[in-house]
Amino acid sequence: MGVLFEDGNLALFRDGFLRTVELSAVSAVLALLLGIVLAAFRVSPVPALRVFGTVWVNIFRNTPLTLLFFAVTFGLPRLDVHLDSFTFAVIALSAYTGSFVCEVLRAGINTVPLGQAEAARSLGMGFGQTLGLVILPQAVRSVMSPMSSIFIALPRNSAVAGAFSVAELYNWQQTMTDKGYAIFGIFFWVALAYLCISFSVQQLFSFAEKRMAVAR
Amino acid sequence: MTEKTVTDSVTGPAPLVVLSGVDKHFGALHVLQDINLEIARGEVVVLIGPSGSGKSTLCRTINRLETIDAGTVLIDGRPLPAEGKALAELRAEVGMVFQSFNLFAHKTVLENVVLGQVKVRKVKRPEAEATARELLERVGVGAQADKYPAQLSGGQQQRVAIARALAMKPKVMLFDEPTSALDPEMVNEVLEVMRSLAAEGMTMVVVTHEMGFARSAANRVLFMADGRIVEENTPEAFFTAPRTDRAKDFLSKILHH
Repeated sequence: MGVLFEDGNLALFRDGFLRTVELSAVSAVLALLLGIVLAAFRVSPVPALRVFGTVWVNIFRNTPLTLLFFAVTFGLPRLDVHLDSFTFAVIALSAYTGSFVCEVLRAGINTVPLGQAEAARSLGMGFGQTLGLVILPQAVRSVMSPMSSIFIALPRNSAVAGAFSVAELYNWQQTMTDKGYAIFGIFFWVALAYLCISFSVQQLFSFAEKRMAVAR
Repeated sequence: MTEKTVTDSVTGPAPLVVLSGVDKHFGALHVLQDINLEIARGEVVVLIGPSGSGKSTLCRTINRLETIDAGTVLIDGRPLPAEGKALAELRAEVGMVFQSFNLFAHKTVLENVVLGQVKVRKVKRPEAEATARELLERVGVGAQADKYPAQLSGGQQQRVAIARALAMKPKVMLFDEPTSALDPEMVNEVLEVMRSLAAEGMTMVVVTHEMGFARSAANRVLFMADGRIVEENTPEAFFTAPRTDRAKDFLSKILHH
């Protein structure tokens, strides 16, 4: 347990913690945006966009995240895309998480009665306005709980980045293990940190869910 | 089959809505069969008929919520465009009121009436709110402006839906069984609003089972059965002396109780 308070480990731990928060937050925002775009594609009247959305979801939702990290970290440089390991991690995490967001949103879209879209179209709204102003705001409300699961999983999934030279929480564990500290103490602090992040995300969602609740 | 009748309606320079040779199938069901219909400016046309006769479908083809297999629909001389921006623009000219109200559940009553004006008509927000409050007042739900649709009774919701459609300043209003989902004591408050609209000269197409409304507010009654307009006449003539057996049969079933 003492590992945290020896030898300047606390500063490293804090840096790792903040790096995990940063990685998760950036990936969460991108995954959300990507998920919305993909969901719009999947319900769009344009067949080519629907195919794109379906293919994306099938590839990224069904690939192990670690494999995706390998593909991004070693595949992109071969295509002459050279970025730092943090950016690679963001790309892998948001491409992966975005596909889950898309599917949850699509489920939400299907819960909104068809009459809502008909009313919007009757007023002269186009596809984008109907989706953005009428359907999605209601769809999101009905899927807040599965959505929170995705964003609770995201910081925990981000631990994979530690194995791809991003100096985040899991990476701190490796450093401490290399320094020869007892494994239990190291994992205790790492687990506690992840728990804090997950709990905060959960609280954020339950607050938002209460704020957005609308009677039907 | 269709019998032409001279109506006592206001006759403008050209009919506002023209359907010619409209055909539609739902799979094997031939739901609309060679429909030809002209609706004049300011005219109130009531569509009645047994369920499954195609009257709701006919109403919904006028703003292309239902696509058609053949024929043309003209609104104010312009053919109804296929999907896209042009169709959206034309839909803004055609108000629609649904059986199930379809108010936006996540928006307040006021926002429901403001949304289309601001996002589609690009009206400035204060102006749109003023119009919305005025219309809500007119349909008798001004006091409910800040509530959500689910907090209102069915009759109130339907009147909000009428206000929402009117806010777009439509050329024609379509009513698809506007009172069928209402408790009996709320039917009249909605019909009253529709009567006053008709009296103000709004062009209206109304699918309804309310024969009293048809008698008192319609210029013309269309009787549909099996995807065809079987009979059309003035309400007075239609209800006192229906010419076809289908219409006689239908009226005997609904008027004697």
